[in-house]
Amino acid sequence: MSDTAESPTEPQKEEPQKEEPPPPAEESATSEDKKKIDVLLKAVGDTPIMKTKKWAVERGRTVQSLSQFITRFLKLDATEQLFIYVNQSFAPSPDQDVGILFDCFGSDGKLVLHYCKSQAWG
Amino acid sequence: MADDKDVLRDVWFGRIPACFTLNQDEVTEREAEPYYLLLPRVSYLTLVTDKVKKHFLKVMKTEDVEEMWCESEGTPLKWHYPIGVLFDLHASNTVLPWNITVHFKNFPDRDLLHCPSNSVIEAHFMSGIKEADALKHKSQVVNDMQKKDHKQLWMGLQNDKFDQFWAMNRKLMEYPTEDGGFRYIPFRIYLTMSDRPFVQRLFRPVSPEGNVHTLGNLLKEMYPAAIPNEGEPKQNQVVIHGIEPLLETPLQWLSEHLSHPDNFLHICVVPVPTD
Repeated sequence: MSDTAESPTEPQKEEPQKEEPPPPAEESATSEDKKKIDVLLKAVGDTPIMKTKKWAVERGRTVQSLSQFITRFLKLDATEQLFIYVNQSFAPSPDQDVGILFDCFGSDGKLVLHYCKSQAWG
Repeated sequence: MADDKDVLRDVWFGRIPACFTLNQDEVTEREAEPYYLLLPRVSYLTLVTDKVKKHFLKVMKTEDVEEMWCESEGTPLKWHYPIGVLFDLHASNTVLPWNITVHFKNFPDRDLLHCPSNSVIEAHFMSGIKEADALKHKSQVVNDMQKKDHKQLWMGLQNDKFDQFWAMNRKLMEYPTEDGGFRYIPFRIYLTMSDRPFVQRLFRPVSPEGNVHTLGNLLKEMYPAAIPNEGEPKQNQVVIHGIEPLLETPLQWLSEHLSHPDNFLHICVVPVPTD
């Protein structure tokens, strides 16, 4: 549950709008987990927006790891909690794989996640 | 049907006898006696272990105490999984009472989420219900509820009030008769031998041809190894609330009757004991 997210890499040349957060340091990831899905990150309320909204994320990456990545990317206070929401309705468990969320709640080939510095929905 | 209502009660009041012992590396001022407790299967460890904590704190110095966490035979127990799921996954084939070791230091951050207060459990529980309703009714039922209705679900679980909980939860179990069931069945399949937490995908209670989907259909699609091949010995047990339901059981019925209060059907696939 302490997957590390580091600073982002350069944008991919063939798809300039989509960046890729570096893989978390995890040895046990299988090839299935390494497959990537498209995640669209949207800010809520007064939470700062990310210039790059669309990211290719490994299926086996956890919500917590993604949240840590956003916190670092936006240089937010690391001690502050960042809330992540699916369907603008529920906050998935921090140890949930984004791949599962994509399978169940993705649409048009991408998973839309909202992030917020304060509790936005329930 | 009266019989089916009994199932809801049996599931709700399912209990596991547990014996909590303090980890021997903890520093105590005098010997810590074990603490025995009947754990509700449908609740969460951190919600029902206040007494355990108080019991052990009596023999410890406050400066040696950090966040309490539990472990079963070397496996840290995730408080955010229902207790029954933890037992079925990690201890279903051991003798009772379930031996749980209590720790007050070296919190395993890699394995466990922190649980500083009951409001964290409440948020986790309500998120589960909302996620399940997103699958069942496109969130329509849970969104039509008021704040006090959500509170009623949580208070029902927290205070072990079956009637209070089900007076509200039955709304989450409704569906249009012509649909024959929910949009999708909220389920999670836990595998002891997998390094991923669980399997969860979209699965409908009724096939496009109008056939009722069974537990067997679900497993065949999600994890075929759980079902024995013809003529081969059974390798795995498929366990829900400590029992092995028939694979022919309709999934919609299971979802309505054997789901946990978070509205998910938690299914454990564990190896058949070898002895």
